[in-house]
Amino acid sequence: MNPGAPPQRETSVVPLVAVTAAPLDQLALSRELERSASADGAIASFVGLVRDHNQGRRVSYLEYEAYEPLAVRALNLIIDEARELWPTARLAVHHRTGRLDIGDASIIIVAASPHRAEAFAACRYMIERVKQIVPIWKHEHFEGGDVWLEGATADPDDTAARETARRIACA
Amino acid sequence: MRVTVRLFARLRDLAGAGELVREVSEPATVRSVWQGLVGEMPALQDYEKTMSVAVNADYAKMSAAVSDGDEVAFMPPVSGG
Repeated sequence: MNPGAPPQRETSVVPLVAVTAAPLDQLALSRELERSASADGAIASFVGLVRDHNQGRRVSYLEYEAYEPLAVRALNLIIDEARELWPTARLAVHHRTGRLDIGDASIIIVAASPHRAEAFAACRYMIERVKQIVPIWKHEHFEGGDVWLEGATADPDDTAARETARRIACA
Repeated sequence: MRVTVRLFARLRDLAGAGELVREVSEPATVRSVWQGLVGEMPALQDYEKTMSVAVNADYAKMSAAVSDGDEVAFMPPVSGG
C-alpha cells in the first residue's frame, strides 16, 4: 500500500461478451458502451425474454445449457461478422444459462453507432446469428412434460445462413 | 490414445453423461470417435445428420484429425437466444 499513490480509477467490470448464469443487466451493458460513445448518435438494444407459451404449450420455466468456451467464441465471431457489415458499430452481447423463469432475460445485445440504421441492423443481425450458430440449448419445462428445443444445425461456414441473417437485418 | 467426449442437451440425456473419456485407436478422426460412441449407444445415431461437432472447443468437420488428450464435442441443433 502506497499512501501517496492516487486512488485507483475504477476499471470496467462489464465484459462485452459473456455467457453467464448470473442475471443479465441490460442497463449496465448499455452504460458500458455509452462510456465511450462521443462519436455515436445511437444505441439500440435487444432483450430476449422467457415467455409463458411456446407451440401451444404452457411453459413453466426454461433451462439453458451452453458449451461455454465455444459459445463465447461463436459470440465473438458474430461480433466480427457484424463489424464487417457495419464497421462503425460497437457491439456487446451477454447470454444467460441455467434455470430461467417466465419474464427473465435470456439474452441482451447492445449496439452503438454514429447513426441509428447500423445500430438497429447490427442488433437484429446478431440475434439471428445467435440462433444459428451459438452452442446453447433450451430445455423447456411445460405443463405436462419437458422437451429439448432444437433449431439450426450450427455451421459458422454456412454462407447462406449468414446471408439470410444479413437480409433479415436489412429488411 | 485417450480423448474426452463432450455431449450436450438431448445427446447428453441419451448418453446419460455429458463427459466421457474414451480410448480410441490411432489415427483418429471426429468420425471414428463418433462411430465408437454410436457402437456403444445406438440411440445417438439419429443425430448424425443434424449435429455439429467441435475439437477443443472449436467447430470442426467429421473428417478432422483428433489427437491424444483432445476434447471432442457432439452438439444437437442449437436453440439459444
